[in-house]
Formats: sequence, C-alpha cells, structure tokens
Amino acid sequence: MAKLGDVAKYIRSKSAGPFWVTIDIFCDDAASFDRIVRSPALAPRAIASLFGVSENMVRQFPLPGINVLKMSFPRLAVQGAPHDADSHAGQYFVPLLSVDIE
Amino acid sequence: MTRAATKHDLRQLMLARDKLGVPLLVGSCGTSGTDAGVDWMADIAREIAREEGLSARLGLVYSEIEPATLLPYLEAGKIAPLDPALPLTAGRIFECDHIVGLLGYEPLADAIKSGADIVFSGRTTDTAVLSAVPLMQGLPAGASWHAAKTAECGGLCTVETRRGGVIVTVDPQGFEIEPLDADNRCTPYTVSAHLLYENSDPFRLKEPGVVLDASDAHYEALDSRRVRVTNSRAEAVPYTIKLEGAGGTGYRTMVFSAIADPKILARFDKWRANLEAHLRYGIANVLRVADGDYGIEFRAYGKDALNPVPADHVPHEVGLMTIVWARTQERATEIAKYCNPVLLHFPLNPDDPLPSFAFPFSPAEIELGRHYEFKLNHVVRVDRPDALARTHFETIGEEALHG
Repeated sequence: MAKLGDVAKYIRSKSAGPFWVTIDIFCDDAASFDRIVRSPALAPRAIASLFGVSENMVRQFPLPGINVLKMSFPRLAVQGAPHDADSHAGQYFVPLLSVDIE
Repeated sequence: MTRAATKHDLRQLMLARDKLGVPLLVGSCGTSGTDAGVDWMADIAREIAREEGLSARLGLVYSEIEPATLLPYLEAGKIAPLDPALPLTAGRIFECDHIVGLLGYEPLADAIKSGADIVFSGRTTDTAVLSAVPLMQGLPAGASWHAAKTAECGGLCTVETRRGGVIVTVDPQGFEIEPLDADNRCTPYTVSAHLLYENSDPFRLKEPGVVLDASDAHYEALDSRRVRVTNSRAEAVPYTIKLEGAGGTGYRTMVFSAIADPKILARFDKWRANLEAHLRYGIANVLRVADGDYGIEFRAYGKDALNPVPADHVPHEVGLMTIVWARTQERATEIAKYCNPVLLHFPLNPDDPLPSFAFPFSPAEIELGRHYEFKLNHVVRVDRPDALARTHFETIGEEALHG
C-alpha cells in the first residue's frame, strides 16, 4: 500500500466551466499508471463517495500514451455559489493525495 | 484585468499588426464578453490609435443577448440543458443581469472578410478566436480546431509554461507548433497533455457546429522544440451556441477574525456550534431578521474551510471567516456588525472568563458587494452562426479624423 500522493508525479484540479471540475493524475511511468488505473480506490464508485457526488456523473479517461488518469464530475457547489470556497477548484484534488493505492 | 495592463498589451499587438498588415482578433473582451467589455476594448484601441498615429478598421462583434431575444427559442424548444441540468423557465432567463452567447469562428471571420483589421468580439470560445484565420482560408477543420485548442493558453503547452506564447502553422495535413522563445520547447508530451486542461473530456471538444475528435491524433517531434500533429478529426454537428448568464442574489459582508488560544482550538467544533446558535438566536430575536432573509457561514481557515479533518484534529491557528448574506448591503453589514462583539469575545463555556480574539482590521466588517450566481447551463440551436451576433464597423485613428 502507498498513498496516491506518493505514487503519482503530480495531481491537479481545475474548473471545466462553472459546473464541472476536472482532475488530472500524472504518473512518471507506465507501471505507476497501470497501478492507479487498476486501483479500486480510484474507481468511479470510490471517487463518487470521496467527493459526495453521484457515481453515474463521474467520468474517467485513462490516457496511457501520456500516463495520465483524468476524471471529471459536477462540482458540489457551482462556481461562485454562496458556499463555494474554491472558485477555480484549484484545491479539489487534495483529498486524493491520501487515498491508499495497492 | 486592469485598463493599464490591457492597454500595455494591446499597444504592442496593434503596433505589430500595423507593421505586418495582418488581422488582429481579441475574443471575450473584458473577460466575460458583455457588450460593455467590447466597448471598453474599442475605447482603449481608439486611444492607442491616437497616441501612435495608427489607423485601422475595427470590427466589433457583440454577443450579449437580451432575455426577450431568447423567448422564441425557448418556446420552440430550441434551448437544451447541459449536464448537470438546470431547469429553465422564462422567469429564470429574466433573472439574469447579463446573458452572453459563446460565438463560434464564423462572425469573426465574416468581420475580417468585410475589411476589419482588428476584431474585438464579445464572449467567444477561446478556440474560435484562433481557428478563425485557418478556417476562413479553407484549411481542414480537424487541424484548425486542434491547433487552436493547443494554443489557447499560450505557453501552457510548452515545457517552461511561463516563457511566452507559441506559434502554430496549419496546413492541409495537420499543424506544427513551436514556442516563441528560442530557448523554450514543445514536446509531443506537452502538446498532447494540453488537451486535458480545463476540459472535462480530453478527446472530444465541443465547439459551435463541430466536435473536435483528437482520440487518434498523432504527435511527432520535428526537433527538440517543434511538434507536428496529424490525424485530428472534426465532425459537423447541429449548430448550437452555449449560453452564459448570471444574476444577482443579494449582497455580502465579511468579518475575518483569528484564534490561536489552544483551549478554544482543542474544542473548536463545539465553540463554533455554540457561536452559531448564539448569533442565530440574536439575529432572529434582537435584529428581527427572518431565517429566509439572511445567510451566515463560519469558515475556519486552518481547520476545515476546504476539506474535512478527523474529529481529534487540533489546528495551530484558525482564521475564521464569517460571511453574511442578505438582500441589501445595509442589512448584511448590520448583521455583521451585530456579530462583531460576539466574534471578538465568545467564550467556550458560559462561565469562562471573557476571551478576546484577534481582529486584523478595524472596522472589522468588509463589504463584498453584490453576489451573483450562474443561472444558465444551456445551449441554443440557431439557424445561422451569426444569428445571435451583432457586428459594427468603424475606422479609428488618422483616417477617421481626416477621411
């Protein structure tokens, strides 16, 4: 077991329009990429539960050519809504850092 | 963006444009692309033309939409929601202070064909500004849109992302991209990875009337700093224009206070819950403000403002942001002022000696002004790309004075 923050090279999040957030997990090599893509802790169901969104709204795109796992889902608070504390969704990725990867 | 910084950049672009005799396009003027943003840019351009002795033909393409303009489209079922779907009614359209439609490349290309040297457009897709010139010259849609998407954030598709922009060259088979800075590099990795940026789907990019499909695109290093991209495809789809609309919900006032006292921080959740209950009781019973007429939130920076923490977590310091919302600025500030002494002195237990916390500012209440929310996440089907655009032409500079 290891933390995703240690397995991945770099993780970033950003708004994709005011209603969606997109998260890109960059890996150094194909071995780390395969490891995270296979991990149940990053499957749509786990992501839905981690971020409190509906599982059928979680979209995932494995990109083996550049060793990136991309995922997108609707923001819980629309950009600029009264309870939105992260307008550009720049810190949405942080809970992923401590996810356990087999 | 400040006027001075915009003028600084636009001056360089207008001088270069004049020297090279090429069109200059600026989209989403003023960032949101309202009519006022286009007029603001035109005003700066007139000033620069006067100062530099330049003359040019301006094409101003407006894309702000009056709510009433959308009603026939709504009634005809031509407005469709995007995920996550928001219900759309005529009432909701009229709640918007401003609505803009995201233009495709066609109205910009038409302005150039009609003689504009400089085009300032209202809200436009980032890619349409860059695809307009190759598409109007008849180059393939796949390569043109893919090139535009890659170059939309300038240096972000390069190795050293903060070292200037890029130049893209589109041809009938694909496109080539290289950084403007001779010491910076584009690699197949940096160029292909840029499709991820601020984009929910990395392979398919929806633009007005077209979907770029980059899933089989081929990226090849031409040398250490240039990349060639081929096999980008584009599918024609019904022409739709995405709508962006926002309207005011009320006004906000904020108080920021800070706590470092370990006794409070050890039981912070209990303290915050007691504080909130105490203040809500007073707002209802002293100020006589009903629940639905205000909102209040206590955001603990340093603890859980962004993410939850385990129950036993004790922060070193907490910056407490108290945000009050009400229908008028005066009411929001009145409630914030009522909170002020409580935020300064609220004890953990009723019989504790009175604590005092750290206020960084006096007065402590900071008026945040009007609060807006996005009201639309929809597309409207149109018969022509310019159905919701309005284009005006004018000559600026010397010719305007003497001609």
